[in-house]
Amino acid sequence: MKTLLLTLISTALINNVVLSQFLGLCPFLGVSRKVDTALGMGGAVVFVILLSSALTYALDVWVLIPLNLVYLRTIVFILVIAALVQAVEMALRKLSHGLYTSLGVYLPLITTNCAVLGVALNNVQKGLGFGQAMMAALGTSLGFALAITILAGIRERIEYNDVPHSFKGMPVVLLSAGLMAIAFFGFKGLV
Amino acid sequence: MKKALERLYNGIIKENPTLVLMLGMCPTMAVTTAAMNGLGMGLSTTVVLACSNLMISLLRNIIPDKVRMPSYIVVVASFVTMVDLLMQAYVRGLYAALGLYIPLIVVNCIILGRAETYASKNPPLLSLFDGIGMGLGFTLALTIIGSIRELIGNGTVFGYPLMPAAYEPCAIFILTPGAFFVLAALTALQNKFKAPSATNGPHKQASLACNGRCDRCVGATCEENRTRIMEAAEAEAAAKKAALLKAAQEKKAAAEKQKAAEGGNDA
Repeated sequence: MKTLLLTLISTALINNVVLSQFLGLCPFLGVSRKVDTALGMGGAVVFVILLSSALTYALDVWVLIPLNLVYLRTIVFILVIAALVQAVEMALRKLSHGLYTSLGVYLPLITTNCAVLGVALNNVQKGLGFGQAMMAALGTSLGFALAITILAGIRERIEYNDVPHSFKGMPVVLLSAGLMAIAFFGFKGLV
Repeated sequence: MKKALERLYNGIIKENPTLVLMLGMCPTMAVTTAAMNGLGMGLSTTVVLACSNLMISLLRNIIPDKVRMPSYIVVVASFVTMVDLLMQAYVRGLYAALGLYIPLIVVNCIILGRAETYASKNPPLLSLFDGIGMGLGFTLALTIIGSIRELIGNGTVFGYPLMPAAYEPCAIFILTPGAFFVLAALTALQNKFKAPSATNGPHKQASLACNGRCDRCVGATCEENRTRIMEAAEAEAAAKKAALLKAAQEKKAAAEKQKAAEGGNDA
């Protein structure tokens, strides 16, 4: 239990997926203009990372390792993730309209989100147990949601600030992200 | 041959994937803690990019349109696996430094972007050179960013000390925030000098393929935007030229008519 909790905290805060591992930067910088879209993206990422980690983990343990096909991990995982995202989108559209309108628009984007593949690969490469792998997946995705929501909050404020002309747009966002990364260093001594 | 060289120039300078198109940000920031890592990552991406461009271009008439994305992913992932295994066997130090980012070349949007916008429409040789050019452009950008970070953060470039002995290295530049700061400074300089970049174009949002909706952005749309903007600009220039030509012709015709009328009067 203790290790599970530690895994959760360390993946969410200390080794934050965006701010210390640079995975999933494209949506982090692209979809963080408003807090509610950032929350939607965060929610979709949590959902997809949890599902895809469970699926790829099972596939790795039951298919790839027994058949000695470990070198096919990258190909298999990316295809599984792409198919899964597509399937989730279709299922949501049929089953729950409310959930589809809030999460559905972000789903196609997630295939190209390297955090999803990164977590899946990291879990099996490090040889984590199933519980720990799922905790890592949960922590990583919550960390992503946290980071993107905070950045969106900062960007909403920046709109009203007098930013020097050269720094308008991307530069000031990158600077804010850099300052956030420094702030997240504060969690280093936590575990 | 000239066309092939033009592709190389286009990839390295004119449409540099990192500095101009702003694609593939994750590896750009993650592996540039040292110039050597940037170079290694850039070169392995170049190999994948060149091979996948060539392969996709050869298969471009066979792959059905509907399943092209999954097919591209399979091609790219196969080459990434090869590079991954080769690096694991022959350059262990670099492999350990780049770690997880080698398999993640699969989701680098530069590769799928080039497959979608160039290799799927052009002959194999040109696509190969396009891949090499784009890859070298990526390598160049990564090496530059890596050198800057290593110089400020560690006082060295490629491991050679360049700073005077009294220089106190500013270690934050080789840590994660440094990547954001260096990239922020680079993009700010691009804005300042109005250098071409995906982030500071003069185009209206309506002329963009994605309507400026960054929340729906996939790497490939960036590429598409460029082509659309270029086409619109070309069409506009052509229309202007035609209008000018027409005006000149009308003027000439009117003058001739007048001349003829005058001639008639004389007679």
